[in-house]
Amino acid sequence: MASPADAPATLTRRDGVLVLSGRLDAHSVAALWREALAAVTPGAALEIDLSGCDYCDVSGSALLLALEDKAGSRAVLHGASPRIARVIERAHDAYRATAPPAPPPVPSLPVAVGAAVVGKMRDLGERIAILGRTAASAALTALDPLSLRWPDTWHQAEEVGSRALPLICMIGFLFGLILAFQSAVPLRQFGADIFVANLVAVSVFRELGPLLSAVILAARSGSAFAAEIGTMKVNEEIDALNTMGLDPFRFLVMPRLIAAVAMMPVLIIAMNLSAVAGMAMVMMSLGFPWAAVSGQVVNWTGPSDVLGGLAKGLVFGAVVAGIGCSRGMATGVGPRAVGEAATAAVVGGIVAIIVLDGIFAVLFYLMGW
Amino acid sequence: MVIGVAGDAAQEADGPAASVRGVAMRFGANTVFQDVSFEVRRGEVFVILGGSGCGKSTLLKLMIGLRPPSAGTITILGEDIVALRGEARRRLKQRFGVMFQSGALFGSMSVLENVALPIASFTALPAEAIERIARTKLGLVGLADAALRMPSQLSGGMIKRAAIARAIALDPPLVFLDEPAAGLDPITSAGLDSLILSLARDLGITFVVVTHELASILTIADRVIMLDKEAKGVIAEGDPRRLKDESTHPIVRAFFHRTEPGAR
Repeated sequence: MASPADAPATLTRRDGVLVLSGRLDAHSVAALWREALAAVTPGAALEIDLSGCDYCDVSGSALLLALEDKAGSRAVLHGASPRIARVIERAHDAYRATAPPAPPPVPSLPVAVGAAVVGKMRDLGERIAILGRTAASAALTALDPLSLRWPDTWHQAEEVGSRALPLICMIGFLFGLILAFQSAVPLRQFGADIFVANLVAVSVFRELGPLLSAVILAARSGSAFAAEIGTMKVNEEIDALNTMGLDPFRFLVMPRLIAAVAMMPVLIIAMNLSAVAGMAMVMMSLGFPWAAVSGQVVNWTGPSDVLGGLAKGLVFGAVVAGIGCSRGMATGVGPRAVGEAATAAVVGGIVAIIVLDGIFAVLFYLMGW
Repeated sequence: MVIGVAGDAAQEADGPAASVRGVAMRFGANTVFQDVSFEVRRGEVFVILGGSGCGKSTLLKLMIGLRPPSAGTITILGEDIVALRGEARRRLKQRFGVMFQSGALFGSMSVLENVALPIASFTALPAEAIERIARTKLGLVGLADAALRMPSQLSGGMIKRAAIARAIALDPPLVFLDEPAAGLDPITSAGLDSLILSLARDLGITFVVVTHELASILTIADRVIMLDKEAKGVIAEGDPRRLKDESTHPIVRAFFHRTEPGAR
């Protein structure tokens, strides 16, 4: 059985006629392409002898068309077998029916800027609309709690909460450990390394606990919400809900939003405890007894630290879930759109969390917390 | 271009385009079909048909090497596709094309780039040659003006045509079509049938088509086999027009005459 390596194409000249012999397919023509084009003089008559050619497909015909284009005049082929002649003719007609793809017009700067601004405004309008609908469904659900899909909410709470616990605890533990370790070294020079316990406890309870938990929520659940809802949008499932008279916001977004808000305190407390455990391990390895460590933590942190962190966490949870779901609702068409929605959900969630954290820091300072 | 013809036509390539022997497919305890055997001759349009759940799409997936059969051998263009591995398997895959049911065009590339992808990946042709060949393939399937469009901008019929153009990108002697008429109106479907017949006639391509569209089958098929879910295998084989007129099998009659099996 002939393989592409057998009878490769050969090109010779004989009395001003180009002789192409052998097998003209994509592979053999590739080897010949440049050489064949170089053998053609623009303006001169082109005659090609194909009597030694035992196979020619559309790719092989493409070479003949390229030679004809370079010559600039109608090529005369002879010696083609009937089957090969049919292929060449078909390829010729197909190619001549196409036009060279025109490069897309490059828009001028004012047009490009204008289009970008209009696009951003439209995006902003859509996001505000989705935010409004989310708020409206939240209000309606609050007024009629039984209308919420509770089984979905429990399921989401499990996904958002219990499934995240191993990751939260591991990251919390490592973070407490690293923070304790790094601060113990400089503080030891002043004999103040016992205060590492306060330092870690206060930073984690007030800032790092809620912040890290929210970032993990955004990475795990924000992206999941966006991808799930985005895929449902691509599969027309959102349209199906609408036509059945079911509000997709109350059906899909509310369970996720409520689950995220409800589970954040759980995640934060788990992270707080894990961080303290990591810190305690470092402190105890430095020789401090557990009583000393726990004493520092209890004496130097108060309910306002923990509760302030939890309050921030509730807001973070709502924001991350809201952004995740709204990115999902705003998904475009095709696989790339779902990927983009998931990315936007994580990035948007993290940016929003950091900005809010800054605002909270100022707020708590002004309130004296 | 002026083409002078000489000599007489055919050197036929040797051997059948595809050969299926004793093939069975089982998922756990569930047997989809067993003891399926048939041959696809070079240059013919061969149709695999049957009702829903009979396993025709599964059979196609076995033939194109996406999964191995539970039993039996499948020979594609003279090579055992089940046993082949590595470089030899890759080379065999370049020798047949597949048109998937929904087109499976790559959404992030233009139509021209979709068709050019196999050519650019597997040949050493210069870029201008690849563009020329891809444009020719698009011209062959009737999409001369759609080269720069994205798949999301194409209608259903155009998607199928673009998918066929990509399937023939490397000039394969054998092309598989999975439900080409799915989702198409009768006029567009008839256009696709004409395209298949003209490609078979002019380029000598062997087609294996999985379908259940009666009108298409009677138009394009040289030979068919019919699978049945209950019988878990082949219940009819041959020229579809003869099967329609002469078969006495109740399910075959019901299929070709659009009646419920059991009705008179």
